Amino acid sequence: MKKTRLNAVHKESGARMIEFAGWEMPVEYEGIIDEHVAVRTKAGLFDVSHMGEITIEGEEALACVQYLTPNDAARLSPGQVQYTALTTPEGTFVDDLLVYCLSVPDKYLLVVNAANSDKDYAWVKEKSAAFKVKVANRSDNYTQLALQGPLAQEILQPLTELDLGLMKSFNFALGKVAGFDCLVSRTGYTGEDGFEIYTLAQRPEAIWKAIMKEGTPKGLLPVGLGARDTLRLEAKLMLYGNDISDKTTVLEADLKWIVKFQKGDFLGKAALEKQVQDGLKRKLVGFEVIEKGIARPHYPVFIKGEKVSEVCSGTFAPYLKKPIGLVYLPIEFTEIGIEFEIGIRDKMFKARVIPTPFYKREKK
Amino acid sequence: MYPNDFYYTKEHEWLKVEGDEAVVGITDFAQKQLGDIIYVDLPKPGKILEAHQTIGTVESVKSVSDVYSPISGEVIQVNSVLAQSPDTVNKDPHGEGWIVRLKVKDKSEITNLMKAADYEKYLEGLEH
Repeated sequence: MKKTRLNAVHKESGARMIEFAGWEMPVEYEGIIDEHVAVRTKAGLFDVSHMGEITIEGEEALACVQYLTPNDAARLSPGQVQYTALTTPEGTFVDDLLVYCLSVPDKYLLVVNAANSDKDYAWVKEKSAAFKVKVANRSDNYTQLALQGPLAQEILQPLTELDLGLMKSFNFALGKVAGFDCLVSRTGYTGEDGFEIYTLAQRPEAIWKAIMKEGTPKGLLPVGLGARDTLRLEAKLMLYGNDISDKTTVLEADLKWIVKFQKGDFLGKAALEKQVQDGLKRKLVGFEVIEKGIARPHYPVFIKGEKVSEVCSGTFAPYLKKPIGLVYLPIEFTEIGIEFEIGIRDKMFKARVIPTPFYKREKK
Repeated sequence: MYPNDFYYTKEHEWLKVEGDEAVVGITDFAQKQLGDIIYVDLPKPGKILEAHQTIGTVESVKSVSDVYSPISGEVIQVNSVLAQSPDTVNKDPHGEGWIVRLKVKDKSEITNLMKAADYEKYLEGLEH
């Protein structure tokens, strides 16, 4: 099992550790609900060093990223970040990811899911063979922290020379945090304002400790993977393996906004164009369980007594205080308000399609 | 940590005998494994349970777990506090977070259960 460079810090903090994607990671410290609510109302600090980092460098780096992903990376200036996907020729997901533009057109950083980083690296390496680029898997070199919540900027600002007030959402800058060279981006996986902090430092514990010291009096809590999952689901952010996979297309996942057909050719373009022409047969929707029951991944979903699907993500939403989830439904049953049933152990529970994201923060 | 006058199961329930009756709950180890508890699905009083039969379910944010009856008996009371405050099981698993009270059918079944020292040894085994 791999360990992040902060492993000892988590154990000292009393975290309960689990294995996730080959890494020993903290799943919770104080408890999922307290951690979740801290991120919504104050701030939370996550160690997400298990995430993968792949660099693409060379004179055709932009052309390569454009070919591998459906979003338009040509719109990125240095210092900007974009949510996109690695797509198969069928228009399904190899992974979803963030692209960081370090230099146009020759330097890009892909931040990918931990469980997929080796697969993604192999994929990018293979599919980029025709481009003048150098691809490197830097996943084991980077430590990644996420500081998320309405107080994130207030907590981080005293520790960095960067002017965080000038950093817009989905932008990043290079600078020192607690004395260490870092890349800081205004991004996250919680639905809150916040930052993700990347460093190549060999001993980054001091960054974690400095942020905790600054934030603890303001209500900052360390947050584990348990609350990371409930936070991202409330904000309807995708989890690869649950909500998207190589069996679901980008359009079925309701992520049409990351598909830019006008930009030129990319992997999966023809398949996705055909899907637009033919019309979708199913789509990912958000639901709430109306009765008291929590729908969990793979629970069967029924319409008029017939099994039509399985729950993708499903949990109790700690901030909204109700059971929510995501499911692919036949397209004729995807309108808001449509009711269906979920088999929760030996009973049938009524559920209803509701608007997403389930939670949206109020913009200041 | 684990009261000496309780009996324990491998599935992490506890049983406290009080005359012809017994109280059942889940152990501190069980509540820690589950994390924040959201629902406790309780049986109705009058339900007859065999040993190892499902009493109900305890559901946390992350997972769901059946609760098994350590011995045979009739449910004579359920902890109605848990309907409103299921997290009582997290806060006080061996006390206020009890789940049901049974009328014991056959006291000899208790010999099948673990005492506190044995349960603690059993937990040590699980952690390695």
